[in-house]
Amino acid sequence: MVVLDLVLNALATGVMLGSIYALLALGLAITFGILHIPNVAHPALVIAGAYAVVTSNRFGLDPILAGVLWAVPFYLLGILFYEFYSRSFESRGGGNTLQSLTLFFGASLIVEVGLVVAYGTDFRSVNVDYVGSSLRLGMVAIPYRFLIPALMAPVAVFLLWLYLSRTNIGLAIRAVAHDERAVSVSGINPATIKRHAFGIATALAAIAGAALVITGPIDPFAGRIHIGRVFAIVVLAGMGTIPGTLAAGIIIGIAESLVMSFMSPSWAPGVAFAILLATLALKPTGLFGAAR
Amino acid sequence: MTGSLLTVRDVSKSFGPIKALGPVDLDLMPGERLGIIGPNGSGKTTLINCISGFYRPDSGSIVFKGEDITAWPAYKRARIGLSRSFQIPRPFLGMSVFENLLVPMDYCSESENEKEEIERAGQVLESVGLAARRNDPAEMLSQLELRKLELARALAARPKVLIADEAMAGLSEAEIDDVLALLFTLNETGVAVVMIEHIMHAVMRFSQRVICLETGTIIAEGNPDEIVASPQVQKVYFGEQTRR
Amino acid sequence: MTMARFTMLALLVFVAGLFLPKLVSNPYYFYAGYVVLQYVVIATGWNILGGYAGYTNFGASAFFGAGAYTAAFLFKALGVSIFVQILGACAVGMLLGLATGYLTLRIQGVYFAIATVALVIVLETLVHNTEYLGGASGMTHLAPPPPAWFGGTTQYVFCIMLGLAVAAVVLARWLEVSWVGRGFRAIRASEPAAEACGVPTLKLKLLACALSGGVMAAAGAPYPTYTFYLDPVSAFSLLIGLNALAMPLIGGTRTWLGPVIGAVLLASVQQLATVTISSEFNILAVGLVLIAFVVAAPEGLLGIRFRRRAA
Repeated sequence: MVVLDLVLNALATGVMLGSIYALLALGLAITFGILHIPNVAHPALVIAGAYAVVTSNRFGLDPILAGVLWAVPFYLLGILFYEFYSRSFESRGGGNTLQSLTLFFGASLIVEVGLVVAYGTDFRSVNVDYVGSSLRLGMVAIPYRFLIPALMAPVAVFLLWLYLSRTNIGLAIRAVAHDERAVSVSGINPATIKRHAFGIATALAAIAGAALVITGPIDPFAGRIHIGRVFAIVVLAGMGTIPGTLAAGIIIGIAESLVMSFMSPSWAPGVAFAILLATLALKPTGLFGAAR
Repeated sequence: MTGSLLTVRDVSKSFGPIKALGPVDLDLMPGERLGIIGPNGSGKTTLINCISGFYRPDSGSIVFKGEDITAWPAYKRARIGLSRSFQIPRPFLGMSVFENLLVPMDYCSESENEKEEIERAGQVLESVGLAARRNDPAEMLSQLELRKLELARALAARPKVLIADEAMAGLSEAEIDDVLALLFTLNETGVAVVMIEHIMHAVMRFSQRVICLETGTIIAEGNPDEIVASPQVQKVYFGEQTRR
Repeated sequence: MTMARFTMLALLVFVAGLFLPKLVSNPYYFYAGYVVLQYVVIATGWNILGGYAGYTNFGASAFFGAGAYTAAFLFKALGVSIFVQILGACAVGMLLGLATGYLTLRIQGVYFAIATVALVIVLETLVHNTEYLGGASGMTHLAPPPPAWFGGTTQYVFCIMLGLAVAAVVLARWLEVSWVGRGFRAIRASEPAAEACGVPTLKLKLLACALSGGVMAAAGAPYPTYTFYLDPVSAFSLLIGLNALAMPLIGGTRTWLGPVIGAVLLASVQQLATVTISSEFNILAVGLVLIAFVVAAPEGLLGIRFRRRAA
């Protein structure tokens, strides 16, 4: 009976965590999954979003609301960031992978250090009433600090999916990933579309940051452990799929949770990484990805 | 077919739901000049990539010099004499023209010492007309020179077969003649040349035999006159240039 | 200059360096100089894979830390000399590089880069959970007293690191001028074209991974002797990985000289800066410099000269 208890709780935690991871990875699903830009700075931006939410929380603002509000300036930040990225390599006709990766890596470091300078290295958290209590369903206890953020993910995924498949701009984003020339021949500037997509991805980082900080305290370098996870989720889901991100996140969340319960918590960061490698080795197009 | 240098049997390749190639049969005799034509998307480059090892075919076999190379990686095929050039030139930027040639020499020839290598590299550069550009960085070459470098690199590997993938695209008439002469000279030394081209007059002048591809299959095969007169080919090439 | 002559010159530099402990009395120079030399080795090692072959490694600290912990482990378990420690560290670094490369390079370079970030975290976690290696609180490393000639442990490890630096530079130069290095550069320029020229790209990439990993791990091996103490935070420090990237980028990635210049410049500046400014600003500054170079001068300082000559 104890084992069943353990398993059920591990599964519940896994689904919650996985859902939150999916939210973290959602912005990357756009930049890397659709646009193929390896934005390794994404987790750092999520943490920046989390800190923004912490700051506004000090004035009593609810974190989820704050996340949505902060999404607007983060959208603008994303646009600026993309402009810098594309202009840096435009003059040379496109940089190579080393240069792009280095640029994003450097950017993530600057974000992290900026946070250290602004907030110090102590852990910060948010104050919300529901943190600390749990929902009890039989043998399973689901802390609200996991449940609420976890519920944000399917909502965000659904809205994003709707946007990308039903609106004109959303379709343009999908199109530009497939055939840039065709898009420009149709009278749309591909650069504008990509910039907009990058902005959305960064806005999502702010929302993801809000979710993350509800689950627990953060420090400026908290993004690092998530790099492996978010890339693993995007790869496992498959390039270009948005709903798949949620499924992949949950799979990884459950895997990690089971490892944490039955082996040791310290192996958890390695789980996502192992899944990433296995996916690349066995099914590189991911579970739901389009063969490109 | 006995005595054939390269035998392609039943090769097909799909990308997801799209069947880009197949099934295709092909024989190439030693020293032959074979032309491959076909509209965009007909599978020419897919066929070349399967033969040279950049794609793994979904089915079928490829035999070269009597050996089944279907599963061989690309570099191994290059080493036994199956060379190809690329449609869009891919020079080794960051290296000089001379160094560009040294790479295939280092990796494709078995028993040359450094002195012999350097001498032969010089000869290859002479034969393509790039001797003057020997020490210049690859970044400085013009379009024509880049295409010549592509061919020179393939030649440096001492191939038995050279597959020239649209080596003359975008060149002027004089430049086309230049490259054609090069390929003719090469063929005279016994190297079989497979020419994939859109420039009809070049293909028809050069080839002994021509194959026409359309949506992944061979729709016509014969000598240049037969191909030009073929109603299937004309239908497929409605609007393309067919001078001379 | 032929390789033979270059190697002779390098050996001369090393032998000359052996006399430094007799000529310079203030151990601080050796203390600071050790760090500069350490980065020469790390940057040179990084450049073999990152600069020559074009595959970005963000996790140099994983290899450095692995080397340091291998050395400490070998000493604690078997009491071996520092030379055996270095050999052991090198072997571990090569295996680690090989494994990471084998798992990720057959797909795309981007995944290799991500794997190297994850590698740092995985290794650091591993050490955290291994009591024998001191766990989170670290372990002491009381090396035996060095030969009398050197006058002290700091001078001793300085000379050892000099030897490693010389060896790394000779290796880098040999790779640069040899057919192996040409193969690396061909891979960096265009992998398909390299394959078409007979270059076994996967095998060469794995070789580059192994060599790079081995050199960077070797740089870490004398570290516990140098500090008498080893803990995961400093062994797997972010700054190491960052510097490994920045130094070749600043100096120039095409030749053996670039990483050396970059290492000497950046490490010296950092040594001066840590005395005056905080370590966070250190990281910030390096991050900014990195971005500046990637955008404006991706071929590094030496590359600017190269570009001017070609223009």
